[in-house]
Amino acid sequence: MAVAFDEMNIPGGDLRPAYQELARWLKETPPEALEYRRQEAELLFRRIGITFAVYGDSESTERLIPFDVIPRIMSGKEWARLEKGLKQRVRALNMFLRDIYHGRDILRAEIVPDDLIFQNPVFRPEMNGQQVPHDVYVHIAGIDIVRVDAEDFIVLEDNARTPSGVSYMLENREIMMRLFPDLFARHRVAPVERYPDELLAALRSVAPLSASSEPTVALLTPGVYNSAYYEHSFLADKLGIELVEGRDLIVKNNEVFMRTTEGLKRVDVIYRRVDDDFLDPLTFRPDSVLGVPGLMSAYAAGNITLANAVGTGIADDKAIYSYMPDIVKFYLGEEPILKNVPTWRCREPKDLAYVLDNLSELVVKEVHGSGGYGMLIGPAATKATIEAFRDKLKREPEGFIAQPTLALSTCPTCTASGLAPRHVDLRPFVLTGSKSTTIVPGGLTRVALKEGSLVVNSSQGGGTKDTWILDE
Amino acid sequence: MLSRTAENLYWLARYVERAEYLARTIDATLRVTALPAAYIGKTNEWDSALLTAGVAASFYQAYEEANEHNVVEYLSFSMDNPSSIRNCIEAARLNSRSVRTALTSEMWDTINSAWIELQAVWSKGASTREDLAKFLRFVQETSLRFDGSAYRTMLRNDAYWFSRMGVHLERADNTARILDVKYHVLLPEEEHVGGPLDFYQWSSILRSVSALTAYHWVYRETLKPWLIADLLILNDTLPRSLASCYGNLVRNLDQIGVAYGRQGPAQRHARGIRNRLEHSNMDDIFQHGVHEFIQEFITDNSRLGEIITKQYLI
Repeated sequence: MAVAFDEMNIPGGDLRPAYQELARWLKETPPEALEYRRQEAELLFRRIGITFAVYGDSESTERLIPFDVIPRIMSGKEWARLEKGLKQRVRALNMFLRDIYHGRDILRAEIVPDDLIFQNPVFRPEMNGQQVPHDVYVHIAGIDIVRVDAEDFIVLEDNARTPSGVSYMLENREIMMRLFPDLFARHRVAPVERYPDELLAALRSVAPLSASSEPTVALLTPGVYNSAYYEHSFLADKLGIELVEGRDLIVKNNEVFMRTTEGLKRVDVIYRRVDDDFLDPLTFRPDSVLGVPGLMSAYAAGNITLANAVGTGIADDKAIYSYMPDIVKFYLGEEPILKNVPTWRCREPKDLAYVLDNLSELVVKEVHGSGGYGMLIGPAATKATIEAFRDKLKREPEGFIAQPTLALSTCPTCTASGLAPRHVDLRPFVLTGSKSTTIVPGGLTRVALKEGSLVVNSSQGGGTKDTWILDE
Repeated sequence: MLSRTAENLYWLARYVERAEYLARTIDATLRVTALPAAYIGKTNEWDSALLTAGVAASFYQAYEEANEHNVVEYLSFSMDNPSSIRNCIEAARLNSRSVRTALTSEMWDTINSAWIELQAVWSKGASTREDLAKFLRFVQETSLRFDGSAYRTMLRNDAYWFSRMGVHLERADNTARILDVKYHVLLPEEEHVGGPLDFYQWSSILRSVSALTAYHWVYRETLKPWLIADLLILNDTLPRSLASCYGNLVRNLDQIGVAYGRQGPAQRHARGIRNRLEHSNMDDIFQHGVHEFIQEFITDNSRLGEIITKQYLI
């Protein structure tokens, strides 16, 4: 693996311009002071209760995501290019979804193979021909971006279902501003605090036609035991909307109501953080107690907007991912601004043969997996693990894709032995309303805290950083 | 607001109030049992503590004897007692988490910090009396802080009123339960009226509802059983009296009625209880039977809880 691109240091000893002030400040600040603030930050997180649950971890049901106090910095120019690329990508995702559930031009043009859609468990036949308000499917997208050099931004993954993490983007900034006012005074950091306002505006803009002029928006959560519950309550609070659970909602005459102390009140837009499968036990999983019976018929009747729409999984599926550059070109007639990671589709015999021959150098991912579960990182795996994976691959090649092990860029990070480079990625959040697509400058930077590790997922020991876009 | 949110706020307040009451009961019992036997007679004060907490039956399923060690453990730290202080704080935190959006950050911080302290410092209970005293103080301070932050930071809307209703309903229940268990020492015809024995019983009752100093301010008298009963039942200047709790409950329910533009059975039922308290005097109550009066009140009070639940919370 090549030496990773470091976002602060240029080989030879120079600093990238965006980091010069930070480097000066780090030189002036004694390590103890940094350590003290780090502990203070942890205390704040715990007191505010910013925790997440790890599934299958019986020991502690609530854990903190480690927070690294060294910000990750990007220049305004870099951001401008990234922003343009993100908007382009999300526009294409929305057009793709609209097409898949209506005319299917892209299948007829043989850009994407039919079976990848129709045999995909995340394809929702219920959505065929269904009009969604304002033709927006992905209102909130989290696009995972990595860098390997100073030029390119590469999309690692599109998250078009219920992407999480935005509360960390906002809380990390709050805490950084509290702990390091001096450091902020020495930079011009673009603010992120208008995200909740923009989200609310986007959600209200996509209300169904039958809604009143003051549409009611609610956030649907699976409940306190969900790993992202903190984020759900945080966002509902910031947006000033009700945080509802399935049992708080009821469908009558194809309209959705919430049970309030004053009786039933109509809901027009649901920002749902419940997966498709659990939304409506009458349509999807009958054993779901998280959903609302009849929700899908209200949806079909056009009386409720679900954000994101049902069936968006077909756009962020890892098997579809490899077609994204073609999808962008097909709908927009433009060259994709953001690159894809070169991807071998194990369903194709030629690609499979290559993957099997090079397992020890590749990252192999389950097409339907997420959260870093069930993937093989070849260079870090033992021989036995690789052989076990080889069998799995041969048995069900269509369930996997493979990518080269990327030398993710690194940023300076606090470690037990002082500052050291650690690999990072970035998840910006792209909002699409009826009229416009907006992105708050920044996003959630995740950092692999273990030396050499490339896995940034919080469920696998990753941490987070505040992300600064300099307003030059 | 969501019915579930109102329900959580209401129960959150009840749990915090109950935790404080339990802490006061233990505190008062510790004081009275520290006296030489000659001063307090042969009654088992720890048994009384269980009765006022309403958990005597479940306690005796797990323990043989109601002594300091067992009762303190059961009321404070036991996981098996659903209304132990520990479980009240756990339940309060779970409720807070479900309704974080309806709490101010000060209220959340109070409950969350208490829960963190409970786990960090008190997971093994209290090993010495000194520790226990510290624990009881921690519980009372949590409740004061919670109440104070609610008072100082919450918007005066239905969220606040439902939360206050939880406080007053629980408080009325607690005061009534003490009276229910101790009513016999308040009877005027009790044999050794004014003896040292009753004096310490009386001060213990007052202490468990933090009204010992208040008594002297109100009556400027030595402790007299019927005045104690008067203070705890009818005197609406004492925040823990039944009359005061019902004054507040009626007010909160009226505020909700006005905000929602309609009244219901909860408003009527609460007003009925308040009117009865307003038009009673201690002579009538003693004649009617203190015990019967209190038992009726406890039933009426929990009935109001059911009516509120039906009218607003489900």
